[in-house]
Amino acid sequence: MGTDAPEARLRTVDYSLFYGSFRALRDITIDIPENSITAIIGPSGCGKSTFLRSFNRMNELIPGVTVTGKVLLDGEDIFHQNVVALRRRVGMVFQRPNPFPKSIFDNVSYGPRIHGIRDRGTLAAIVERSLRDAAIWEEVKDDLQKSALALSGGQQQRLCIARALAVEPEVILMDEPASALDPVATMRIEELMQSLKQKYTIVIVTHNMQQAARVSDYTAFMMTDEERAGNLVEFGATKKIFTTPADRRTEDYISGRFG
Amino acid sequence: MTRKGIIDEAMRVVLLCAGLASLSIVVLIGLFILRESLPAFHEIGVWNLLSGKEWRPGQGQFGLLPMIAGSGLVTLGAICLGLPLALCCGIFLAEIAPTWIRVVVRPSIELLAGIPSVVYGLFGLVVLVPAVRQIDYPGNAGFGLLSASIVLAVMILPTIASVSEVAIRSVPDEYRQGALALGSTRWEMIRRVVLPAARSGILSAVVLGLGRALGETIAMIMVIGNSVMMPTTMGGPLPGIFLSRARTLTGNIAVEMSYATGLHSSALFATGVVLFVLIMIVNSAARALMSRNVRGGRP
Amino acid sequence: MTAGGARRTAWQNCVFALFWLSGITAMAVMLAVVGYVMVKGIPEFSIDFFTTSPRGGLSGEGGIASTIVTTAYLVVMTMAIAAPLGTAAGIYLVEYAGNSRNRVATAFLKLSRFGIETLAGVPSIIFGLFGYALFVTAMHFGFSLLSAALAGACLVLPVVVRTAEEAFKSVPDAYREASLSLGATRWETIWKVVLPSATPGLTTGIILGVGRILSETAVFYVTLGGSCRTPTSIFSSGRTMALHVYYLAMETRAFDKAMATGAVLVILIIFVNLAINAVSKRLSAGGNRS
Repeated sequence: MGTDAPEARLRTVDYSLFYGSFRALRDITIDIPENSITAIIGPSGCGKSTFLRSFNRMNELIPGVTVTGKVLLDGEDIFHQNVVALRRRVGMVFQRPNPFPKSIFDNVSYGPRIHGIRDRGTLAAIVERSLRDAAIWEEVKDDLQKSALALSGGQQQRLCIARALAVEPEVILMDEPASALDPVATMRIEELMQSLKQKYTIVIVTHNMQQAARVSDYTAFMMTDEERAGNLVEFGATKKIFTTPADRRTEDYISGRFG
Repeated sequence: MTRKGIIDEAMRVVLLCAGLASLSIVVLIGLFILRESLPAFHEIGVWNLLSGKEWRPGQGQFGLLPMIAGSGLVTLGAICLGLPLALCCGIFLAEIAPTWIRVVVRPSIELLAGIPSVVYGLFGLVVLVPAVRQIDYPGNAGFGLLSASIVLAVMILPTIASVSEVAIRSVPDEYRQGALALGSTRWEMIRRVVLPAARSGILSAVVLGLGRALGETIAMIMVIGNSVMMPTTMGGPLPGIFLSRARTLTGNIAVEMSYATGLHSSALFATGVVLFVLIMIVNSAARALMSRNVRGGRP
Repeated sequence: MTAGGARRTAWQNCVFALFWLSGITAMAVMLAVVGYVMVKGIPEFSIDFFTTSPRGGLSGEGGIASTIVTTAYLVVMTMAIAAPLGTAAGIYLVEYAGNSRNRVATAFLKLSRFGIETLAGVPSIIFGLFGYALFVTAMHFGFSLLSAALAGACLVLPVVVRTAEEAFKSVPDAYREASLSLGATRWETIWKVVLPSATPGLTTGIILGVGRILSETAVFYVTLGGSCRTPTSIFSSGRTMALHVYYLAMETRAFDKAMATGAVLVILIIFVNLAINAVSKRLSAGGNRS
């Protein structure tokens, strides 16, 4: 796997996930390099989103889920950490924009507030910085008290990114962040991701191969095996995966022979 | 016109009549009660009726203040005792309880909301009144506002708990996931995201509970003592007022209806109007409270 | 940072412990009431209790036979008035006024909704007041099954209309369009297509109404009289089981019999709830099919 890659921030070792007795992910080992964008692609139902949600332990919300193997953040097993502290370091942007039914300001300041920042001035500064980083400041700066639900879908999604940035995470997980958006809004999100990767490690799940090819530095291709468990088939630099894949199945998928 | 066409048209008219009948019943009840209460309002005067402290139909004195105070205090007592518990129970069921508890408890609460009020009254009469009588306080007979408040609190508990639970559960899961992904604990998620989003539903649960409390009749007659008097502390400290006997507006109607004639009967209709207006005030106060907060809420 | 997470998680656990406590307390309190009535009441059950009528008197002798009969008559009479009227009104509101662009029809719809909402929030004693003044006194029906049934019908009408409306609204428009496109008239469509699909919903409304009549006391206290004899005509006075509990508790010392009658009521209400659950399960199964 990519020997020229920078140091890995996130890594999984023989990671498997079960719904009850059903194995949904099988023995996944991957090193996700820092300050870059890693795309996870694969046919529907191959466990891409489930795998993504492993990095901030969101799968724990589903009753009956158990895991084996390790997920490491900076070399530390995340299952031995306090989940609240973990999720502060590993932010997430969801498929459908999910701003809270609160004002724009309250949405962005939500994270810093629960993590103990009370000072109004500090909060205002964080809100502005986050909204600027998420490239939405210019559109909303005149009315931060407006309900977040009054924004357009694309704006809502960028607001959600700002909300995630406000707690200063190290990693940002994005679960098909543009699938509910129109092409123009999608383009803006993709541009935004490029500027964010300077500071953050980004992992994105997408069903859109062109998007993966456009935005990511590294690509992981997942597929289900004969027992319907998700497997990591191939991982490497995006250029290599899309031009000279090592695995036959990757090639078939990329060239559109199935999926 | 064909035979089919005639049937079709005839049925339309029949159904229209049914619709009209239902509507006219509403109007009829309203008009009838207003008409019957008019002499009381006219002869006694609205202000005398509302502020009069004496209710002696035999001497032509019709003051509703004792009953307004009775209804108000007993509802206040029930809300103080029952509301926090009911809301916590609703939150517990919607967000905290494991599935198996939910599966068992939810239908039981629905069942408890349907238990006849006379059964709650009976329980109050047989168990609570003797228990309250044990409190050593001058003039305490067991019957009174405290017993009535407890009975009422138990009665509104299932209503408020189940309606607020439904309201909390209907908050979209995306909000919860968003909050957790930002590093909230589940409690922070509940307090700062879920409860504010469910605010209007929770409020209507409270309004429903208040309406039920103000409108309860039989259970109140059974435990409150029914004496026409301003609730008093009987010389003790302020909380002692809850050991006072009282009468509710609803009880006033039920107890005296069957032998009232003339102005007395009209005064009972006026009692009904006052009760109705009271409930309307509670409803619109709640609605006003809701619309004041609408800006941050759902569109 | 990590310490903050641990502290906040600990705080969460404290708060959740309180919620557990209040959930358990609430359940315990509510179950205590029902449990007490059942435990005290069920041992009083006997064949005599169900087959003899109350004989009055300070010690509350006799059983509850006549009150069972009165309750049954009253439920049937009330629903015989409220069910067809409420269902028909529901049909009109959804199938005619709801689809109409006629200003009058729309206004009518709005007004009806408002009226029904208001009526649903009116305390039952006000229906009693109305029933007493109109049916008992003004129309000279006296304290009778008829007066009580009319007042009771007013009480449950909002419930029936509301559930009927919901039931008709939940029938997919595709059914109506299919039927109309085959050349059926409006009424034929309603009768043969809409009504059958809405039956489970309508049944729920009727069962809810029955439950309401079973447990109502205040309205019948001022319209039904309270005679403990078995009614012989619609002009007979009578007492329902719920009313009987009240009279036993307030006018006799027979608390044990009051508890037993209360227990019977609670059991009936359990059956009503089970029936509603069964019907709504069929409702959702039907919904999945469509």
